[in-house]
Amino acid sequence: MAQVLSPLPGTFYVKPSPEADQFKSSGDAVAVGDTIGLIEVMKTFIEIKSEVAGTFTAYAAEDGTPVQAGEALAEVAE
Amino acid sequence: MTLKIKNPGLATSIQDLGRIGYFHLGIPLGGAMDRYALRAANMLVGNDEGSACLEAVFMGPEIEFTETATVAVTGAQLPIKVDGEVQEAWTSFVVKAGQTLSFDFLQAGARIYIAVSGGITTPEALGSRSTYSIGALGGVEGRAIQAGDELPTGGSEGPGAGRTVPESLRRKPGTPARLRVLPGLYWHRLTDEAGAGFFEDEWKVAPEADRMGYRFKGGRPLEFVDREQPFGAGADPSNIVDGCYSYGSIQVPGGTEPIVLHRDAVSGGGYFTLGAIISADMDLIGQLQPHTPVKFEKVDMTQSLAARKDRKDMLEKIREELG
Repeated sequence: MAQVLSPLPGTFYVKPSPEADQFKSSGDAVAVGDTIGLIEVMKTFIEIKSEVAGTFTAYAAEDGTPVQAGEALAEVAE
Repeated sequence: MTLKIKNPGLATSIQDLGRIGYFHLGIPLGGAMDRYALRAANMLVGNDEGSACLEAVFMGPEIEFTETATVAVTGAQLPIKVDGEVQEAWTSFVVKAGQTLSFDFLQAGARIYIAVSGGITTPEALGSRSTYSIGALGGVEGRAIQAGDELPTGGSEGPGAGRTVPESLRRKPGTPARLRVLPGLYWHRLTDEAGAGFFEDEWKVAPEADRMGYRFKGGRPLEFVDREQPFGAGADPSNIVDGCYSYGSIQVPGGTEPIVLHRDAVSGGGYFTLGAIISADMDLIGQLQPHTPVKFEKVDMTQSLAARKDRKDMLEKIREELG
């Protein structure tokens, strides 16, 4: 099991826009470089990409909540 | 010598002490958000205090050195590595030709200052190397650094490793961060209750906060004294006929979310400003992460000047320490 960690503090989102589907759901395939979420900070949205390949397990942080640098955002089974 | 940028981090920019003398023309002050930390970093590597450094926010860059240099990183707690080996913050270390400087996850604070002996020597624009991205001025082509950039430096080897700023002189905000405010020209626009509430409430740094302004959320909305708005002021009670904005002035559009104007802010506009953060505390704002709790504290001019002197004395102690 690998965790995708937040590289920076900000607000975490699991969807590209409020109406859209979330980037990943349980059981989805994850490739290296796939976007799994967004961090909003300084009026910018930064795409958070997976550094591992595998199967998406679950989000570890809730949509629209503050996160710290180094906090787990999602889990991927390798 | 050049610094090869392998990974820029997030909005990492070249900054010095700022672009002084053009604010009346609408050119922002620019310069480091935490000038205390920038001065300390420069002193550690034997540079003039105002030499250009890299300011990185929340995430560090990855930089390959083409020649050996003395380096120091001050400000936020962002673990420092040279070819994977951990280095001390607020302390000089040597990076040899061919080695790579990189960083781990942010632990506390918001911005680091990376000083390299000889300083970064990109061309000056209006007397400063500071990057003002919105105006495309200074730095590298007026923008944040990018992967592939090669930044020229003064090429000195510097004083070497082991020079350090004592822990007591490493200035950082507390929790909650305490920011001192001198009420200003438009304070009378607030009701007594709103004025008191501003200082009673705990605010939090909004994620939008950047080099232009630091926005705060979570306190009660401000109520204004009723008046007939003057000609040209607009209908909202937080509007005024245009006025000057100082560095550190606090505007509250719509009375809801205070914004402290920082280094890249404009110099005038049509929002009332309730006062200003005292100059001694502006550097602390540069170290606030989103969602950090903040309390504003009312001070008078005598207290503001005493705080400014305290900060100057701390810098003087670093100068004595590093001689």
